This record gives sequence, C-alpha cells and structure tokens, in this order.
Amino acid sequence: MAKVGEVKLIGAWPSPFVMRPRIALNLKGVEYEFLEEKFGGKSDLLLRSNPVHKKIPVLLHADRPICESLVIVQYIDKSWPSSGPSILPSDPYDRAIARFWAAYIDEKWFPSMSGIARAQGEEAKKAAIDQVAEGLSLLEDAFGKISKGKPFFGGDAIGFLDIALGCFIGWLRVTERTQGVKLLDEAKVPGLAKWAGRFCADGAVKGVMPETEKLAEFAKLIMGKFKAPPPQ
Amino acid sequence: MAEEVILLDFWPSPFGMRVRIALAEKGIAYDYKEEDLKNKSPLLLEMNPVHKKIPVLIHNGKPVCESLIAVQYIDEVWHDKSPLMPSDPYERAQARFWADYVDKKIYDLGRKIWSTKGEEQEAAKKEFVESLKLLEGELGDKPFFGGQAFGFVDVALVPFYSWFYAYETCGGFSIEAECPKIVAWAKRCLLRQSVSRSLPDPKKIHGFVLELKKRFGVE
Repeated sequence: MAKVGEVKLIGAWPSPFVMRPRIALNLKGVEYEFLEEKFGGKSDLLLRSNPVHKKIPVLLHADRPICESLVIVQYIDKSWPSSGPSILPSDPYDRAIARFWAAYIDEKWFPSMSGIARAQGEEAKKAAIDQVAEGLSLLEDAFGKISKGKPFFGGDAIGFLDIALGCFIGWLRVTERTQGVKLLDEAKVPGLAKWAGRFCADGAVKGVMPETEKLAEFAKLIMGKFKAPPPQ
Repeated sequence: MAEEVILLDFWPSPFGMRVRIALAEKGIAYDYKEEDLKNKSPLLLEMNPVHKKIPVLIHNGKPVCESLIAVQYIDEVWHDKSPLMPSDPYERAQARFWADYVDKKIYDLGRKIWSTKGEEQEAAKKEFVESLKLLEGELGDKPFFGGQAFGFVDVALVPFYSWFYAYETCGGFSIEAECPKIVAWAKRCLLRQSVSRSLPDPKKIHGFVLELKKRFGVE
C-alpha cells in the first residue's frame, strides 16, 4: 500500500493520455495526488520530471518520474502486482497482441482522430472521419477476436487494451457531436459500441472520464485559441 | 514441442536487425525469410494485414508484429537465457522510455539526412546529433544502456550504427566526432556475436541508400 504522498500524477483532466494511468491506479486501488497542470503553461515540476518530452502524464513514485502513458500503465501493473487484477494479460502472446493494438491506437488511430479537427473543408473532413471509422472497424474486429465473448479486451475485467482505447471515448463523443456523425455506431461497430458503455460505467473509470458536455466546452475553448482568422 | 520460428525481414532494416539480435542472444534457431518490399509475399500480407511491414516474427504459426514488441515477446518466452529487460519495474520503465525515444527520433531523422538537402538536411543533422548526445548522457559511464549487461535499449539502438556510414557520407559529417561515446558503445556491442552477425556491412547499407536515392530522385 502506497504511503500518503508517495504517488503523484502530473496531468490534466481533459487528456486521454493522463486518464490511462489514473484508470490503472484506480484498478489497483492506489491512492495518489493529482497535480493538475494549468492549460497553456508547463510547471517547473513537469519540466524537471520530463525534460525530454515536457509532456503529461508523468507519474512520480517516491519522487522518481516515469513518463509515457503506456509505459506508466505497465509500471503500475508491475509495482502493485497483488492489488487488483493484472492489467497486462498473463500469456506472452496475448501481451504481444495487446501491445500491438495499443501501438496501433497511438501511432495510427489517434493521429487520424486529431486529423478531423485539423481538416480544412468538407471533403477533407469526410476523408478524415472515414479514416477514423476504418480504424474503429479494425478495432471492432480485434475486439471480437481478443475478448472472445467477454465484456472487455482484458476479459472479465478492464485490461491494458481497454485502457489504451477507452481513454478516447470522451473525445470520440465530442467529435460525434461537433461533426454530426456517429463513430461508435451500433450498426457498424456493435461490439465496441456496447463495450464503450461498459467501460465508462466501470468503477475505475467513472470518476476520471470527463462528461461529454464539459469536454465539448473545453474543445471549443482550445479551438478558439488555436484557430487563426483567415488571411485578408 | 518443436518450436517453429520464422522471421520475415529485409536485410537493411534496423527494425529487423533488432529481432535478429534478440533471437541470437537467446540462441533460437529460426528460418530467415527475405522479403522483397516491392513485391510483398502472401505470407507477409497474411501475417501483418494491418501494416504490411517487416519484421514479423512467426512463432508456431502465430505472428508478432512491431520490432520492440517482438523483442519483448522473445525475452518473455525464452526468459531463462540472456534476459534483455531489467527485472526492476522502475528500470523496465526507463528501458521502455528510451527504446520509445529511439523509435520516435533516430529513424526519421536519419531518413531526412540521406533524403534531403540544404536547410532541411542541416536541421535534420543537428537534431540527429542532439538526440544521440541525449542518449550519450543516458548511457553515461555504463558499458551498456542496461548497465553491466547488454539489454533492451542496446538492442533498440545498435542496428542504426550500421546506417551511420550512410548518414555521414550523405550528410557530410562525422558522427564519431560529435558523439564518440555512442560510437565506442556501438563497437563494444559489435564484440557480441549476436550483434556482429545481425548487422550488415555499413558499406552495403550505403550502397542500398544510394540506390534508394536514385529511385526516389534525390540528388
């Protein structure tokens, strides 16, 4: 059991990457201090703790920093092995598969999601949305094969791949609302659509998944700050 | 049960080299299959339908894709010989962090060095050297990134050493002059058979890069 003050997480409530270690810590029942970064600036502590990338999340365990969200999740899994279920699958091949899809999410799928906001014009927007939908289709397939009829990628309980993908559900819902499209479409990705509901309802996720309304307001705020007026 | 291990690979690929090194460290016998990336085999397309890329490790018919994932898989399955990952969770996290850093920086910057010129090339060279210097700092006075023992980060980075000559020649600079510790470390790694047998001759890599430049119309 971690001593009070021993575990700290530097992060921000809207960040899906920050959500990952929070869910992992919740699954393990580990108490931690959440050090919220203010939007638009980086604290000295963050810059000192992650000098290489200067990004959140950073886990501080007895003052030692661990960076990169999925590295942190694996660290949490190994550091509190007897608390709660194992986050990574126990079989090496299953672990390799979980890591593969987590890497796909971070390297291909998430960039396609950010592509929607960046797309200029109707055609580009549609292309970007189609890309995200294609990715979800692949992930739907993976869900079927990996979950084998169980509620989560991890089986009966939330696991590594659930965390890797589930953290984006809030932003997916915001995108659905602002773009007027259905991405977690019960008709196209029925498995994932139901899984998303279960994920968000889980005790380890409920407190850290922001409400879509709050996230949508935040999205408007940052879009407002980054969108430059068109040149005259 | 007889283990069947196949590696779908492409000789100049630093990512493929990582898996070759890991297999050699563990003394695993495997079937090396060279892929023609201009004409990918049905096996490759079947085993890696998502990315259609090498390397792909196939263990008893089941594919493992992505080089660092394959290296971790090899380390976990053949865990009783030459461990590559540290056992301490914090050290493991550090190893994963730095291997990820190598993935984020070295290949793309290296590629820019041989495939661009002028300002773009200069910027790439500068950032490349900065990245290697950061890695030098992380290495410190240790013989390997893992400490006394050759490990995960060493496996992740050393394949790029075979590309240094190509980067230097195309970029007109000396990596050894800028980052002597990294070059010394690479030469130390090359004393290991697992590494020396997995890395091609740097001159051959340079020849391959020249062919690529011709093909892509880069001066």
